[in-house]
Amino acid sequence: MTLLHVENLSLSINDTPILNNVNFTINSGEILGLIGESGSGKSMTALSTIGLLPHGSSTSGAIILDGNDLVQLSEKDLCDIRGDDIGMVFQEPMTALNPVQTIGDQVAETLRIHTKTSRRDALKIARDTLNRVGLPADQFPLTRYPHELSGGQRQRVVIAMAIALRPKLLIADEPTTALDVTTQAQILDLLKSLVDEFDMGLMLITHDLGVVAGIADHVAIMRKGEIVEAGPTVQVFQELNHPYTRALFDASSHIPDRKTARADTPVLKLDNVTRDYPTPRRTLFGKPGYFRAVDGVSFTLNRGENLGLVGESGCGKSTLTRAILGLDPITSGTIEVHGQKITSQTTTARHIRRHMQVVFQDPYSSFNPRHKVARLVSEPFHLLDTPPADARKRIDAALAQVGLNASDADKYIHEFSGGQRQRIAIARALIIEPDLIILDEAVSALDVSIRAQILDLLADLSDRLDLSYLFISHDLSVVRAITDRVLIMKAGKIVEQGPTEEIFQNPTQLYTKQLIAAAPNIDLALEKREHAGV
Amino acid sequence: MLRYALKRALSLTLSLIAASLVIFCVIEIIPGDPASYMLGLNAQEDTVAALRRELGLDASAPARYWGWVTGMLTGDFGTSYTYRTPVAELISARIWVSLPLALFALTLSTLIAFPAGLYAASKRASLGDTSVMGLTQLGIAIPNFWFAMLLVLAFAINLRWFSAGGFPGWDAGILAGLKALTLPAIALALPQASILTRVMRSSLLDTLDEDFIRTARAKGLSRRQALWKHALRNALIPVLTIIGLQFSFLLAGAIIIENVFFLPGLGRLAFQAITQRDLIVVESVVMILVFAVILVTFMVDLAYAWVDPRLRAGR
Repeated sequence: MTLLHVENLSLSINDTPILNNVNFTINSGEILGLIGESGSGKSMTALSTIGLLPHGSSTSGAIILDGNDLVQLSEKDLCDIRGDDIGMVFQEPMTALNPVQTIGDQVAETLRIHTKTSRRDALKIARDTLNRVGLPADQFPLTRYPHELSGGQRQRVVIAMAIALRPKLLIADEPTTALDVTTQAQILDLLKSLVDEFDMGLMLITHDLGVVAGIADHVAIMRKGEIVEAGPTVQVFQELNHPYTRALFDASSHIPDRKTARADTPVLKLDNVTRDYPTPRRTLFGKPGYFRAVDGVSFTLNRGENLGLVGESGCGKSTLTRAILGLDPITSGTIEVHGQKITSQTTTARHIRRHMQVVFQDPYSSFNPRHKVARLVSEPFHLLDTPPADARKRIDAALAQVGLNASDADKYIHEFSGGQRQRIAIARALIIEPDLIILDEAVSALDVSIRAQILDLLADLSDRLDLSYLFISHDLSVVRAITDRVLIMKAGKIVEQGPTEEIFQNPTQLYTKQLIAAAPNIDLALEKREHAGV
Repeated sequence: MLRYALKRALSLTLSLIAASLVIFCVIEIIPGDPASYMLGLNAQEDTVAALRRELGLDASAPARYWGWVTGMLTGDFGTSYTYRTPVAELISARIWVSLPLALFALTLSTLIAFPAGLYAASKRASLGDTSVMGLTQLGIAIPNFWFAMLLVLAFAINLRWFSAGGFPGWDAGILAGLKALTLPAIALALPQASILTRVMRSSLLDTLDEDFIRTARAKGLSRRQALWKHALRNALIPVLTIIGLQFSFLLAGAIIIENVFFLPGLGRLAFQAITQRDLIVVESVVMILVFAVILVTFMVDLAYAWVDPRLRAGR
């Protein structure tokens, strides 16, 4: 039965066209995967459907839910439909909940707004709903506040709010993008089982083809405000008729050409590194406890080698990175860069720090927006004893290395796209010719096609300049594509390490197996579904 | 919650002790003899010596500090040199003018600022919002003593609704007392209300941009319901901070308004004591004000915890 029918939907915001003639249908009990890169209009399609567009939007076309055209409805009627007929789940579970209300009240609110339920009855239903989404009463009483929950648990609360009234349509906008792979798999399972149980329609918006391949019945591929291809999931992904679909598919499983590792000169050597953080005192004059964020980590990174570090949030990856960079002291153990020790307590000397540089996840917030690119890129010169005389020449050379023009040096950072910004970040890392670059989730925020380009660039630079990378990521497919060896980290410890392919093919530790099984994989998902005859 | 309150109380008690030490050092230990300072340049040697004895300056600094602090704890603030009456009496008479005035002004300012801020935030960029913002601009720019004189001109001299100044004392009845404080409270409240309105508006607007407001709207709350049920409480933290600061300011910073209206308040007492070099009164008044500020800070801290459960966890 057709539940949602979107017909010739066009949208412009302050006269900028955003959506152009979008058409699709969702049936009850069916999952539609809406796929696209950032700016393709997929979130705006969702917001149009639920009627929460920003100011200055004008819509044409029809969005027909169960016979009602939502575009024609008044704001008051839309309020009645939101939360009751349509539920929505957002990307950022950490900020999606009101921090000063209990989870019970927040779930109950959905009921209290739309039905004449008493507070007591609403809380009772809220309890049942939370149980259903996997937050049992003994561990998650209604009186919990959002800050006492993890990201995945908060996302479950948001889902509970959205499904409390058993809506006909659920919209999930990148519901798992901010979560770890194992949590992602659980949340996707939950969404799928809710769709089956309530006979809901689900509009699942994502940039990740692997996520969609596993659970969507139909997919629609969006680009620049238009749907370029749509159809049953398996068919679309196997036929790859449209060139853009093919390009997306190739980019998401892109493996850059690389030489494999060679010489055995250690660049970075960690021996039994441990880092404790004090926890708050329990009593007024009691001893503070401590939390061991990094626990006895040892590894060696050789010249020209690409080493992956994989782990879920909170496993100690970031603490370890900060320790290697000399930004934070370590509690015990030794870190050696080029045979020179980074001492645990004092600040690290410049002559050690100039051997390593870092590229962070968010290409925008890691730059001072008031400085021009030339100044941003040349910042690491502070680590040299005397600033080079040919600074400008070296800035131009660094920009050329990453595929930008010398003229870009006089622009500001907001004039660049996300991918270009990440190139500038890499240029900044390259400019003092370090031996080691730490890439901390450096491609995680990028669209797949841009990500493929940046991975090619990184592989090329490593080959030409004999650079070593410590590649930190939660994304297993990226780590597999670009590293020679991989470390798997859990709760501060390295639980498994070895050559990348070997670990991915034959993981020995249970945790590694779980991680690999949970990671979305297009080929595997499609194979499985073919067997199942879907 | 209790642990958080105890922790805050402890840290504020420590601030109180630190403040008392600073005040004591500034007034008594810093070079120059308080006695000869108080008596002026032409004082006789034996008068200075007599005052030194009276002030107990012969004793060592720690002993004097101890005497001062323990005295205050038992309500003995010493005797004013110029008035020749116990400082405790002077202060308690004044505080019953200053404290009600500050509370009155603060209540007015809050009563104006909350609705005005909510209104401006809910109608962002509308004519109403722009008008409210323009008025608050004016409220901050107008010097309050001039506004006070306008009030006197309009309501005391022309309309004769209020008296132009003075305070009949609470013995004359609560209404008479409040009436005497009305014009000064309005004059004090105007700039405070303007500042508070702006803080309230911008804090609400920041909160309205948060993700959880979008979540609330997706649940089916109207814009208005989302503002009242979700944005308001989250927007309160900066507003509470400003209210705390304003109360402290109003308690001691009302000197000019107290002078315009001839009110016997703490500000006027401190001002007179300073011009008459009555260090005993100055140091006691300052200490009382510090105590009031710290007490208000404590209450604001408790209010934070009431508003935000993350603070209650005692982190």
